[in-house]
Amino acid sequence: MIVQLSHPQRQVEIKGPKRTKELLRELNLVMEAHLVIRGDELVTEDEMLADADQVEIRPVISGG
Amino acid sequence: MNCGKCKTKAVISLPRHNAAFCKGCFTTFMHEQVARAIKSFKMFAPEDRILVAVSGGKDSLALWHILLTLGYRADALYVNLGIGAYSDESHRKVRHYADTVAAAHGAKLIVHVVEQEAGGGIRELATVLHRPTCSTCGTIKRYQFNRAAVEQDYDVMATGHNLDDEAARLLGNVLHWQDEYLEKQGPTLPASVEGFAKKVKPLCRLSEREIAAYAVVNRIDYIVEECPMAKGSKMILYKEVLNRLETESPGTKQRFYWGFLEKQNKPDVPKESMAEKDQRTLHPCQSCGQPTTADTCSYCKMMAKAKTATPR
Ligand code: SF4
Ligand SMILES: [Zn+2]
Ligand SMILES: [Zn+2]
Repeated sequence: MIVQLSHPQRQVEIKGPKRTKELLRELNLVMEAHLVIRGDELVTEDEMLADADQVEIRPVISGG
Repeated sequence: MNCGKCKTKAVISLPRHNAAFCKGCFTTFMHEQVARAIKSFKMFAPEDRILVAVSGGKDSLALWHILLTLGYRADALYVNLGIGAYSDESHRKVRHYADTVAAAHGAKLIVHVVEQEAGGGIRELATVLHRPTCSTCGTIKRYQFNRAAVEQDYDVMATGHNLDDEAARLLGNVLHWQDEYLEKQGPTLPASVEGFAKKVKPLCRLSEREIAAYAVVNRIDYIVEECPMAKGSKMILYKEVLNRLETESPGTKQRFYWGFLEKQNKPDVPKESMAEKDQRTLHPCQSCGQPTTADTCSYCKMMAKAKTATPR
């Protein structure tokens, strides 16, 4: 699956199927600081992501 | 994972509340949390006119959206800092929200462009003044928001500060024992001297992740990119540390910040000193004479038990 990341904007290719939780762990990202969005819908950490899915991992921490 | 309320498919789980919600129930939950903060911290009344400080980020746009949805009279002020592409993009997002959603609620957007008054953006201004960009920015934003609130007769000024912002700031203030700042960390700051508007933080019960999720679920288009000046800030470091603790034990951030607010609110009852308490509760152990709160001290109890226990 294609995973869109921010700060800086980039894309990585990850092999599916994979649970959201595992995807974050693989990329070394904390759940509390990110949202996982498939297409334009939010998904929970137990959701299974398929190889064909368009996934965005969006950071939620801001520095202001 | 299913919604704890209506059992349809959940879109988010909130470990600190031990809950999971679908889109609709999550939105309701968020509105309730904001309504609760407004009430318990006496932020404003239904008829009050509110000025929301918006930046184009998730917190301030979500705040504006929630206040309008709850039926409050809330206008917004955006300050264009003149930081290249970041300011262009955030300005576009704010404008877009104002035109497509806020206008239908009868709410308006006020804009202040730093370049128009100062002759340059915030970075150029900071350079000529030999001051850090963020402190220059802080002074300008505080001034412009307060001026707009007072001159245009708003009852209160609302900012999008969330639980993470407040917990991180508290951590920073405690690490450096900034007592005078600690006093100003409450979610409601009264209009102090004549000419200073009342300030409130209605999102203080909500985490950054919850607010970002609210924006996604309610299709609020906000700027995900950060202000380039925020890179490497202490605030981000404090937030990362707190999020690691939160992951290990959910609820840490709220216990830290809300616990602080509770302590702050308690009237100062003269407290018994540690020595006074010791004198009241301690007396000599019946068998060895060492101080204890029981008849026999825990050491003597342990040894007595060890002697009667059957040897291996
Ligand atoms: S990071 Fe600094 S310059 Fe950017 S908006 Fe925040 S205070 Fe202003
Ligand atoms: Zn539900
Ligand atoms: Zn004893």
